[in-house]
Order: sequence, then C-alpha cells, then structure tokens
Amino acid sequence: MIAELGHFALVLAFAVALLQMVVPLVGAHKGWRGWMLFAEPAATTQFILTSFAFAALTYAFVVSDFSLRVVWLNSHSAKPMLYKISGVWGNHEGSLLLWILILALFGACAAWFGAGLPQTLKARVLAVQSSISVAFLAFLLLTSNPFLRLETPPFDGQDLNPLLQDPGLAFHPPFLYLGYVGLSMTFSFAVAALIEGRVDAAWGRWVRPWTLAAWLFLTVGIALGSWWAYYELGWGGFWFWDPVENASFMPWLLAAALLHSAIVVEKREALKSWTILLAIMAFGFSLLGTFIVRSGLLTSVHAFANDPERGIYLLAIMGIFTGGALTLYAARAPGMAAKGVFGVVSRESALVLNNILLAVSALVVFIGTIWPLVAEMAFGRVLSVGPPFFDAAFTPFFVAIAIALPIGSMMAWKRGDVVRTTRSLWAVGLLAVALGALAFAIQTGRSALGPIGVILGAWVVFGAALDVWSRTGRGTLTNRMSRLSRLPRADWGKAVSHAGMGITIFGVAAITAWQAEDIRVAQIGDTWTVGIHEFELRGVERAEGPNYVTTMAEVAVKRSGREVAVLFPEKRFYPVAGMPTTEAAIKNGLLRDVYLAMGDAQSNGGWAIRTYIKPFANWIWGGAILMALGGLISLSDRRLRVAAGAQKRAVAVPAE
Amino acid sequence: MKVWVIILMFWAGAVMAVEPDEVLDDPVLEQRARDISAGLRCPVCQNESIDESSATIAKDLRLLVRERLTVGDSDDAVVAYIVDRFGEFVLLKPNSRGANLILWFAAPIMFLIALVVGWSVIRRKSGDTDTSLTTEEQARLDQIMRSD
Repeated sequence: MIAELGHFALVLAFAVALLQMVVPLVGAHKGWRGWMLFAEPAATTQFILTSFAFAALTYAFVVSDFSLRVVWLNSHSAKPMLYKISGVWGNHEGSLLLWILILALFGACAAWFGAGLPQTLKARVLAVQSSISVAFLAFLLLTSNPFLRLETPPFDGQDLNPLLQDPGLAFHPPFLYLGYVGLSMTFSFAVAALIEGRVDAAWGRWVRPWTLAAWLFLTVGIALGSWWAYYELGWGGFWFWDPVENASFMPWLLAAALLHSAIVVEKREALKSWTILLAIMAFGFSLLGTFIVRSGLLTSVHAFANDPERGIYLLAIMGIFTGGALTLYAARAPGMAAKGVFGVVSRESALVLNNILLAVSALVVFIGTIWPLVAEMAFGRVLSVGPPFFDAAFTPFFVAIAIALPIGSMMAWKRGDVVRTTRSLWAVGLLAVALGALAFAIQTGRSALGPIGVILGAWVVFGAALDVWSRTGRGTLTNRMSRLSRLPRADWGKAVSHAGMGITIFGVAAITAWQAEDIRVAQIGDTWTVGIHEFELRGVERAEGPNYVTTMAEVAVKRSGREVAVLFPEKRFYPVAGMPTTEAAIKNGLLRDVYLAMGDAQSNGGWAIRTYIKPFANWIWGGAILMALGGLISLSDRRLRVAAGAQKRAVAVPAE
Repeated sequence: MKVWVIILMFWAGAVMAVEPDEVLDDPVLEQRARDISAGLRCPVCQNESIDESSATIAKDLRLLVRERLTVGDSDDAVVAYIVDRFGEFVLLKPNSRGANLILWFAAPIMFLIALVVGWSVIRRKSGDTDTSLTTEEQARLDQIMRSD
C-alpha cells in the first residue's frame, strides 16, 4: 500500500512539475503577478511529494519488502540497517529518485530563500528548474519505476553488491548528487537570465552561493569516493581515471571555474556571457556524467544499469537541455556587453587564466574519456585511454594552475602589477624551493616528482597564508592580528580552499613518488621489513560476520623493535552475492599509512600478503576536506549578505 | 546478470595482482617489469592494467613481459612485442599516430587559442574607455549594490 502511495505521489509530483514549468513562465512573460507567484507553493509541493515517494521507498527497504522488485534485487534481510538504507540509492531506480528528490529540494530552497530575487527572475528560475524535474520524473516513471511489484514475492533478496556495503560508499552518491544537481540551479539561473536578457552584478551575487554549494558537495563526494577506493580495493590506489570518476571530475573542474568567473561578474560586471556559458556547460557535464553512469555506455564497475532504452532517453534529455540552452545563449549572449574595464595585468585577467586552465583541464578529461568511443566509431581503431595518458596530459595544466594561483590571487583588481605582486611573494617562493631541496636531499632515489610536489604544495599553501595576512593592511602586529579576525569570511574561505588545494597537490605527488611496496608469501611466524617498519604474521583465522564469512590475518607492526600496531587484514566472502572482497588493514598516520592487504592461501601453507607504505596519504583527502571547508566558510558569508540584501531590496524594487 | 559477471571479473581482479611467485630476483629488472605492466591494459578487464589485475590473461601477460625482459629485450621492444599480438587496445597510453593526434593535441592547442583570444580581447577592451554606465543604469546598480 505504502509503495503504491509512493508511486502515486510521484505521478502527482510530475503533474505539479508540469504546471510549475509552464504557469510562472507565462506569468513572467505577460507580467501576471499571480501566475508568477504560483511557482513558490508549487516548488514546495513538488518537494513534499517527492520526499514522500522517497520515504516510501526507504520504508520498503527498511522493512525488507521483497515484493518490490528493486528491494528484492538490492537488499537482503540479514543486511545491517545502514546498508538497507543506503541500498535505496545503491541501484538505478533508487538513485534516480534521490536525484529527483535533490532537484526538488534545490528548487524549494530557491523558493524559500530567494526572497530578494526580482519576481520575474525568480519565476523563471523556478520554471526552468521544474522543466528539469519534468524530464527526470518522466524518465523515472516511464523507464525505471522503483515501485514495481513482483507477482510472487520471493522469500529473501539478492543482496546489495558487497563493495557498496561500506560507510564511505553509503554517503558517496548523495554528496555527489547534491553537487551534480546543485549545478542545475546555476543552470536555471543562467537560462532565466538569458530569457530575461539581463545579467548584472546582482545576478553574479545570486548565482554564487548555489555554485559554491554545488562545488563543495562535489568536492566532498569525490573525496569520499576516492577514499573508499583507497581502503576498499586492496591496493591503495586513490584515483583511477575511470570514466565514472571522470564524469564527476569534469563538473567539478567547471564548477570551480564558474565559481571564480562569477566573482568577476559580481565585483566587476565583466565576463558575463562567459559565465553564463560556463553555467550551462557545467550542468551539461553533470547530465553527461549521469548519462555515462546510468547508460553503461563506457562500461566500468559503476555502471549498474546497462539498458539502451534508458541510455537513449538520457541522451535526449542531455541534448534538449544543453542544446536548447546553448541555442538560447547564441541568440541572447551578444547583447551582454561587459561594463567593467580591466587591464591585461589584473585580478580579472588572472581569473580569466584560472578559467582557461580549468576549462582546458576539463577538456583533457573529456577527450580522454570519450576518445575510445570516437576512435572506434570514426576511425575504426579499438584502443584504450588509461591513467598514463591522463597523468601525462592533465598534470601540466594543473601544475600551471598551482604556479599561477598565489600570484593571481594577490593581484590587484582592475590594474595590477606583476613585479609588485611577485615581490611580496618572493619569500614564499624561497621557502617552497628550500623545502623542495630538503625533500630532494632526504629522499632515497633521484625522482623529481616528490620534490616538485613539495615545492608546488608549499608555494600554494604559504601563498594562501600570505594572501590572508596581506589583507590586514599595515600597522602593528596586534592591530593586524585583530584585523585578521575581522576579515570577511569570504577571504578566509578563499585562503582555506587554496591551502587545501596545495595540500592535496602535495599529497598526490608524495604518495606517487615515495610509496613502497612488498609482495610475499608469509608463513605464520614469519617476519619481514619494509622501510623502517618490521612486520610479523602472528596468525590467520576464519570468522563469521552478519552477512559474510572472513579470513583474517593478525599482523604485528613494529618500529625499531617497539610494537606500534596490530593490524587485521581480511578477505571476505559474501555468500548471497557470491562475491569476495578485500578489507585492507590500515594504520593511519600523519606522515604515512601502513597498509596491509591479504591475498590467497598458497599451496605450501603460507598466505600471500601485500605490504604498502603510503606516505602522506591522508593529506590528499585532508586537502579536499579543507577545500570544501573553505567553500563552507565562504558560503556562510555569502548567505548572510544575500539575506541582508534581500530585505531591503524587496522594498526598493517592486515587481518589474 | 552480465553486469555482475563484469563486476565479478573486475573485483576478483582487485583482490590480488602481482603474485609472489612471479616476482623476478633481479630488483632492477622487476621494477622495469612493473613499470611496463602499469602501462598495459588487461584485455578482459575494465580499465585495469595487467599490473593490477589478477585475471588469468593478465598473469600470463605479466609472465610474458618478464620473460622478454630476461631474454634481454628493451622496454620498448617488450611493449611492441605485446602490441603486435594484442593490438593497440592494450596500450593504456595511446600512441600519437594518426587520429590520436587529436587526443593528444586538442587540449594544448585549445589552451594556446584561448590564451591568444583572451589576451587580445582583454587588451582591446582595456583600451576602450566608453563602456561606462549611463547615469540611469549607474543609479539602479548603486541601489542594488547598496542593499548590502
């Protein structure tokens, strides 16, 4: 019964979305106030209805209602509660429903918190947002109904893919979707602005919080996914340039670019049409990401829905929205002349460079991802594009970003001075090079990668610190300290995010350059040494978990004779799904992770054991968390300002 | 079901890659084998190098790489030997011949174009002086921005 109500709520939501798409748009065109105002209650209703549908599906998973096809395929009565719930979005239908729920949530947020928006713009934004809802609700109802019943309900379910039964992955999709779908909001703002025919500083300010929110959720989502891969896949890789990873990375890069160009729109009223284009492209890549993941076109482990019908439908959605928006853009963009003038050397130009580099990086990822497809269809060449390509083609652009970042972020608006900016940064550069030299001196081997990573990371991190310090102006130390605490949150957010990026760059370079590995067959009682650590295999035993059986080794880790940890790497087997998984045992540390993965039993009685030393592994995700945190700090500043501006504006500017 | 087979293949592969009995005694040669393996795709896996996969064919290829190295082949010769037999599909880093030029050079060329266009547009605009707001527009903007 509850499932049927959920299904019905979805149908109602579809009807509401249709109305919300048409009525406010007509109202805004004709200047009918009542029709425009219709958008707000409609957005709220749409959100309530989709939440109800989502709750109904969640309920079915919680009570293990195996008469629902989706529940039967993706759940099992013996599964822990957390994974029963995360199973809701661990499959095609449920994850699409989550997508739609988040879409409705963002639409409702725009209705609730957008009090300061001009009435016509708000009506148009909500109508465009709702048109996306219409497309996806139709997709869900027509091709992937999650509330499909089975005629004869089976006794028990088929279990969720064991690899997805993990806390890291339970929360990875929701964050990623918050990011993907958050970009729909900037898309709606861009299209609404194109319909309105005006983009001004105020538009830049309104669109920025949404971009920031989308970007920070994407950052968290990508970091969670990468962290999961690190400890779950059993060899400590953190990024594989897999098509599905790329699908989330491209919108991230473009959202980062958009974030920066919207600043120029807001502060200087320039780069308007470029910013609109970026907003369209960023969401276009989100749709592309959804398409790649859902269609299984570029098959990878993530693609759990290989259904050509769905793929074609998604392709159509992508084509209509991106193509339609771009057509509108071509018609309207030439009318958007920049107001602000800036010199070739200025903060604005630095942000243009940032945008060029980020967009070109996204282009590298895009071409690399689709090239196997293009080469096969257009040139008849069956080939692969893998990590070595991306490492070679992507890295130069990111190195350029890291080099330019501290200089650009301290450049003056309007008319800057390279000599003056670099003069204040020379100490930072010297410090970075000194640290790089130090790293070169203590490392074993003559690899340049590690020291270069140190130099770039330190350059960006200390550059960010100097940036925030220089904002305090001149005066005594105490004066400057007190000014430091009163700086706008946006300044702090900027510095924290930039520092986070420096830390991630360093972490990636360090783990790539300095990791150590040991593969061996160990008998019980054997000892071995990797780097400064000694290991001893104390025993291996079998045990049973809630829905798996495990073979668990006990390995003691010692440093200079003193025991620092006892690790228990596992090999699990999930009988219902019939799948083995490795559970690596990791001793996390600030300077290095000790990482153990267990292999098969050998014929001579020993066990294959892989030992890795992963230097500075946690810095990769620590940096990502800092980036997201910086976004959050900045967002808290923005939101206050938007809300503060809203109350006055409502009085000052009546309905246009 | 097909999906599950693929997933199974992939994850079975993720459990263990290079096995202890494959490792060469000569550490220099072994390191070269690892580097070569990381650039060769396991033909039956999804986006996995033979170094990471434990599919049977990946193991065979790893052994083949080591065999060629012990015979005295150069790194390039080993890769060429494998590509001759399995096609360019196994190269994770595609060569830059023919159409692959687009793959390798589209982004750098785009970067240069963007730099030149961006630079010339900014330079031209910065020379313009007559882009200021009309008084009416300025008043409206002030009104909006004042509401901070």
